[in-house]
Amino acid sequence: MKKLKIGDLEKIREKARRTANLRQGKARAKITVHMGTCGIAAGAREILTALMKEIEKKKIKDVIVTTSGCAGLCSREPMATVEITGKAPVKYVDLDAAKMKKILVNHVLKGTVVKEYALAIGSERTY
Amino acid sequence: MANPPKADDTASKAILRLLRDCFEIYRETQRYCDITNGVRNILQDLSLHILDIVENSIDAGAKKIEIIIKENVKQNMLVLKIKDNGKGMDKNTIAKALDPFYTTKKTRRIGLGLSMLAQATKEADGTFQIKSQKGKGTTVIAKFVYDHIDRKPIGNMTETIIALIAGKGMDVDFIYEHHKNSHGFVFDTRTIKKEIKDIPINNGEVLNILRENIIKELKRIGARP
Ligand SMILES: Nc1ncnc2c1ncn2[C@@H]1O[C@H](COP(=O)(O)OP(=O)(O)O)[C@@H](O)[C@H]1O
Ligand SMILES: [Mg+2]
Repeated sequence: MKKLKIGDLEKIREKARRTANLRQGKARAKITVHMGTCGIAAGAREILTALMKEIEKKKIKDVIVTTSGCAGLCSREPMATVEITGKAPVKYVDLDAAKMKKILVNHVLKGTVVKEYALAIGSERTY
Repeated sequence: MANPPKADDTASKAILRLLRDCFEIYRETQRYCDITNGVRNILQDLSLHILDIVENSIDAGAKKIEIIIKENVKQNMLVLKIKDNGKGMDKNTIAKALDPFYTTKKTRRIGLGLSMLAQATKEADGTFQIKSQKGKGTTVIAKFVYDHIDRKPIGNMTETIIALIAGKGMDVDFIYEHHKNSHGFVFDTRTIKKEIKDIPINNGEVLNILRENIIKELKRIGARP
């Protein structure tokens, strides 16, 4: 059976060389999209896809996008956590692609927390 | 004027916490009812179920996860298989895993993923099976009657695989095998990692190329990209 191989290796190498080495912790921010059952049902995958596309469109090279499991607040999914390096993480709730893009621009790039989408501090359950 | 008596802080905090807990349980139960009343609408397609089932494997500490889809039109059968090398379950846990009110997650009191996929197979006259061995790993097999009117569509496997690699590709290896009738392909992140060497697999450029490749392969085998 055919094994999938990626062509264009040199092209990727070339492009990737210009990318900051995120594994060495030089990232400006980390965005975690929560992928528990409720999150997936509420559209978390679409949010992740939209986020990746926007990061590419804006040629942002120093933001890590990752996923994690259930955040424990099913009724507020989809959710994402934005962590600017050196600052406290902010949880965003009831997201859609447009809100995610706004968070990327305002919070991640400009440093202003988008309060209207953020989970009110104190309403978060700690376990 | 005398100050109003100050409520005991620890006591009021405890009561508040209790109220909040109750509310959360209420909301979850409400949501559970919504979900069981309309199971078919919650995870719209099988690619979302797969994403969810693989999330269990990741939670179970799996480092290698195989996702196998077999579309056999002639035998009128669709088979999904998700195999991981995570921590596995003992007999007792497997039996309980299908109870929607069972979860070992600490963030929530109900688990739905496995029961929802089981439900989806039932609706399409299929079967559902969990094989697991503590310390070895878990395999979930879902079979469906291919042309059953209530069989959920496969959905967008490309975005499911890309989402998994973007989120966990640095720590976990994914092997995605998709067959349609006599055609098929294997997509193995271990092979790709060897090829790209020092470039992280979750790099945006790499993901774009992987995405294009998966779509191309799905088209080649006659599956819906
Ligand atoms: N691949 C797996 N490996 C080990 N344990 C699993 C796996 N899948 C499911 N389980 C167990 O079954 C339980 C129920 O799973 P699931 O129905 O997906 O609900 P949830 O993930 O929300 O708990 C999990 O909490 C876990 O204890
Ligand atoms: Mg689950």
